[in-house]
Amino acid sequence: MTWIPEDSWIVLTGALCAMACALPGCFLVLRKMSMMGDAISHAVLPGLATAFLVTGSRASLTMFLGAAVVGVLTAVFTQWITRLGNVDQGAAMGIVFTTLFALGLVLIRSAADKVDLDPSCVLYGAIELTPLDTVTLFGYLVPRATLVSGIVFLLNLGIIVALFKEFRLSAFDSGLADTLGFSSHFLHYLLMVMVAVTTVAAFEAVGSVIVIAMLIVPAATALLLTHRLGLVLLLACLFGASSAFLGHLGAITVPTWFGFQDTNTSGMMATAAGFLFLIVWIVAPRTGLVAQFFHKRTDLPDLPSQGKKARPTASR
Amino acid sequence: MNRIFKKMSPAGDAAVENLSDHPAGHPLSVHDLTVAYHRKPVLWDVDLDIPDGKLVGIVGPNGAGKSTLLKACLELIPRTSGEVAIYGEPYKNQRHLVGYVPQRESVDWDFPVSALDVVAMGTYRKLGWLKRVGKKERDLARHALEQVGIGDLADRQISQLSGGQQQRVFLARALAQDAQLYFMDEPFAAVDAATEQAIVKLLQELNSQGKTCLVVHHDLATVAKYFDWVILLNMRVVASGPTAEIFTPENLEKTYGGQLNLLNQAVQALQSIGK
Repeated sequence: MTWIPEDSWIVLTGALCAMACALPGCFLVLRKMSMMGDAISHAVLPGLATAFLVTGSRASLTMFLGAAVVGVLTAVFTQWITRLGNVDQGAAMGIVFTTLFALGLVLIRSAADKVDLDPSCVLYGAIELTPLDTVTLFGYLVPRATLVSGIVFLLNLGIIVALFKEFRLSAFDSGLADTLGFSSHFLHYLLMVMVAVTTVAAFEAVGSVIVIAMLIVPAATALLLTHRLGLVLLLACLFGASSAFLGHLGAITVPTWFGFQDTNTSGMMATAAGFLFLIVWIVAPRTGLVAQFFHKRTDLPDLPSQGKKARPTASR
Repeated sequence: MNRIFKKMSPAGDAAVENLSDHPAGHPLSVHDLTVAYHRKPVLWDVDLDIPDGKLVGIVGPNGAGKSTLLKACLELIPRTSGEVAIYGEPYKNQRHLVGYVPQRESVDWDFPVSALDVVAMGTYRKLGWLKRVGKKERDLARHALEQVGIGDLADRQISQLSGGQQQRVFLARALAQDAQLYFMDEPFAAVDAATEQAIVKLLQELNSQGKTCLVVHHDLATVAKYFDWVILLNMRVVASGPTAEIFTPENLEKTYGGQLNLLNQAVQALQSIGK
């Protein structure tokens, strides 16, 4: 194995993407709307395609704008169909995001001959190619994707640090948030915009299919380990970054053991994230399989069974 | 309604000047309130006028619209028609006067927060957007937890609390809101005897400070003991008034209709109080 500077850029891009995804991802998981992340990551496609067709360039700002608009539309349409059509939220999401995704594919396909936007790149990402497309930043050549992921990560970090209290309140008890004057609708749509924008940044790294793994898996892993939300966010970022590193390392080493060339990094990133989850699920203190086997819950002797597993009645 | 407003406002202004933390006017006036889900009415033509400083029990069979009434007053669900006035004004002007204790099942108790974090949420309205919880808010939250008798559990994650303790966390959070009018949705549901006593004590304490509490309640046997005002609800308001006058077998029969089993319990409860 040889590690060249391009490998470091690939890992850095992947790590920044994964961390940018993990932050809003934690709140998606906590609000039991993980699949909303999947829906939005697919549904932003027509927004991207339209922005691309209108401006004719892959300039990031218009792409992000298009994605943000369609991201909010996805959330709005889902809510309308749920309420007016009297169908379950999952079904409503299925209707909205497949329709929008298909529309996006059609738009890209029909424009693909004329312009340089590759459907398979949108679907699966092309993180291996990111070091080739560079911009100059303070005199250094930096891959554009790295810069974009970094900006989105800092943006997400800034918003979540500033509105930590508000996001936590509305995720835990949206009714109370509304009665206290913190509009849970506003926070909901802000989160949806964050997810949409993050998804676009992650497209180039991991593609629209695997981005869901970056949104959900590090957050779910972190939640196995701690009961403190701040720590959950931090750990989720760590797990995301580690899966980027392990994923790329795996992609360039593992196949050679079996006599193959290297494999797709984004696929290995998601696989690594899954592996990390598996390991934590087995060895986590208190909640892990091993801990449960040995302790048989003796560490919580005074827990009455009632009320402990109170499930939320409905999520938005 | 307009009549009430006119009668209230001059007195209200005077009282606000005299006693700024206690607003004048009736805590809750509901006029012609109708709420429907998918065009099926859940509440129909509700009129209520709750006087100041009462402990109010809201009683009725399952599906009578008790929780819906609270949520409609708090604008958590859309009203089909009608008006609600909190101390003589629309709710959006009076948020700071209202505390809400939702049903315990309405939230996910596996959520990664401590008991203290949840209680501190009661102070968020005063904090406003962007400001962080500081020492002052944490002290207030700790004090509220002590008031409901679980000060020692402040740092526990909420899934590690029993059902009764979780209910007390919700009450402590309402205390931290420091409101004048409290809406409580079934605080007595599935709690242990010690918690029930703690809640009753808390209600009486709030009452002695001149605060008004509207409590959705299921146990007919304790209505007369806990509440001095009662609302009998079954989609419409069957009766509303002082418990001694309103909580009668005839009214209960009207409220519970054919549900004889419940009705018998109620009659027995009344008889046992009579003795």
